[in-house]
Formats: sequence, C-alpha cells, structure tokens
Amino acid sequence: MLHCTMRSLFKSSLNMSHTAPTDKPCTFATPRAAFWGGAREAAGVPMMVMGASFVGFGSMIHDLDWSVWHAVFSTLSTWALPGQIAMAEMAYTGAPLMALVLAVFFINARLLPLAVSLLPHVRRPGVATWKYYAVVMLIAATSWVGTMRRLPDLHQDQRLHYLTGYGLALYLNMPLATVIGFYIAGQVPLPITLALVFLNPLYFMLLFLFDLHNAAKVLSLIFGAVLGPLLYQIAPDWSLIATGLVGGTAAWWIGRSAWGRHVQDTWLKRETGHE
Amino acid sequence: MSEAALYSPFVAIALAAVATYASRAAGAFLSGKIGTESAVIDWITCVTYALLAGLVVRMIWMPVGALSTTPDWMRFTAAATGLAVFIVARKSVGLGVLSGTLTLIALTWNAF
Repeated sequence: MLHCTMRSLFKSSLNMSHTAPTDKPCTFATPRAAFWGGAREAAGVPMMVMGASFVGFGSMIHDLDWSVWHAVFSTLSTWALPGQIAMAEMAYTGAPLMALVLAVFFINARLLPLAVSLLPHVRRPGVATWKYYAVVMLIAATSWVGTMRRLPDLHQDQRLHYLTGYGLALYLNMPLATVIGFYIAGQVPLPITLALVFLNPLYFMLLFLFDLHNAAKVLSLIFGAVLGPLLYQIAPDWSLIATGLVGGTAAWWIGRSAWGRHVQDTWLKRETGHE
Repeated sequence: MSEAALYSPFVAIALAAVATYASRAAGAFLSGKIGTESAVIDWITCVTYALLAGLVVRMIWMPVGALSTTPDWMRFTAAATGLAVFIVARKSVGLGVLSGTLTLIALTWNAF
C-alpha cells in the first residue's frame, strides 16, 4: 500500500492534471491476485451492460430462425457485437459474402486502435509473443474502457494478468447471455422479445450520441443516417458497405479540410489529446 | 433484398470472426509501431461511424424479422423516448436503453 501511494504521488507530481487516486487498492499482491482482481472488477456494471446487449443478440438470432449454436458460435468466435449484428442482418437478407465480410471488417476495425493503444501498457520483455495475440481476443470497447484507466497504476508483471482476468470474466459470460437471450425470445410474450431485439439499435444509437465532440465523427453519423436508408432502396446488398465508405470518407475528408477544422474549433469543443 | 441466403449461417459467422480477429491481430502487431492518432485510424473510425449509423437507422426504420410487424410510429416513439431520457439523464446510456425498450413493450403490449 505504501508503495502504491508513493506511485500515485510520483505520478501526480509528473502530471498536474492527473485525477485524484482512486480509493481502490491500486496494486495487487501477486499476478494471480491481479487476475482475480480484474475478474472481480469486470463482474459488475460492465458485465451487466455488455450482457444485456448480448441477450439482445441472442433474441435477434432466435428471431431470424437460426439455431442457438449459431448464436453461441458467433459470440465465442467474434465477441464484438456490432459486427455480429451486421453479420446476422446481412446474411439474413442475403447480402453477398464479400459485402458481409467487408462490412464486418470495417465495423470491427475499431478494435485495431483499441489494441494498439492498450497493448503497450501490458508489453514487457520476456513474455512470449503469442500471449499478446491471444489476449487481444479479449479486447472490446467495454474491456478497453474498464482496464485502460487501471493498467498504468499496476505493477508491470501484473498487468497482463489483470487484463486477462478482466477480459476473460466478460468473454466467458457472454455466451451465457447469448443463450439466455435466445431462449427468452421463445418463452416470453412477443412484446418483450421485440423489445430485446430493439435493444441493439437503441444501444448503439445512444453510444454514438455519447461523444459528439469531433466534427468528422458527427458528419459521419449524419451522412450514414441519411445514406443508409437511401442506398438500401437503390442497392440493398451493398448498401451498408457503400454507406460506410462513401459517407465515412466524405466526412473524414471534410473534417480534415479548412472548413472542417473551423467548425471543429468554433462549434465543438476543442479536442484534448485523448477522447 | 435478394432471395434466401445462398450460404450457410456458419460460413457467414466464421468469415465474420476471421474479419474481426484480423483487426485485433493487426493491433497487436502494430502496437508500439504507429500512434493512435494516425490519419488511417481516423478514416477507419469515420467509415465505421457512417456504416453503423446507417445500420442503426435501418434497424429502427426498416427492421427485418418480427420487429418488422410493428408499426413505424411505435419504433420511432420508443427510440425518441430513449433519446429524450438519455439527454435528460445526462447521457446515461443504461437509462436511455431501459426507457426506450420499456416504451416499446408498453406500446406493443395490447397490439399483439
């Protein structure tokens, strides 16, 4: 504990904007304790929020008349919900496989920056490379948010264990949530099934509206919301990937232009380092 | 919408899993080699935002499966309620989702 406090003091002296140290113990006795500590911290609000959305996914798969094995296989092999939902939607409507793969790739490509920014915290000499390629499977938006703020306070040799415990607790419970959602969909009154399916688009809509401080992101949302239904009327099979590529590229390009920068500085909060 | 799917769901699921792991593996490979602020990552983020915004609007406005049997106004009202609660409750995603889904349950309860 003393060591822990000294680390906090040291950090605050280096960085004046460093927030007050949390009241949680900021270090664990052993790497094993770090693993279980991570699992314990995940087993609360993060697990409930994530679990609810996977319950929605299970209900959706039931609604599309796929089997429970499809649902569980997707959750275990992909474990990144927006991509799983797009996959199920596109496969159900008969989109070409190439369009489906590209759409899922782009949707889940957000995991790339998450992994790039998280892994430097757990890297240390002497750890086999394959362990990093294994632990990235446990990186999702929820586990990133949950572990990113804690990792810098942990001992170097405990971070990988902490991340593994945190991620594994979430990962292992999501197939359960998926199965619950799948069977709930068949057993409860139809309005509740509908609500569980409706939970997914609602969740993502609010998640996006949470952070509107970046001009390019706001433009991407607007272009996507307009182009999505429009292109669906013209070319349903390729509409999603076209919406993303056209709307996203246009928004990205405008965001980088002089006008985009002007809008960013005048109307939106100036971005501070990390979002 | 084309005719019934021409491939098994397992193929779609497996390919989606590979496409997803590719990003995670690339992240592991690149960590420490590129910064998180690069233009390429900005572009990927923008494409994702547009794509998912399109998907969200489509899933609320033109859903597939059982949800397509509900009238548009019910889904719009439920989404608007969720949005309103989200704003009033100072960007609480949990409360927004809860109120939106409860609204849809209330609206559809006697309709089906």
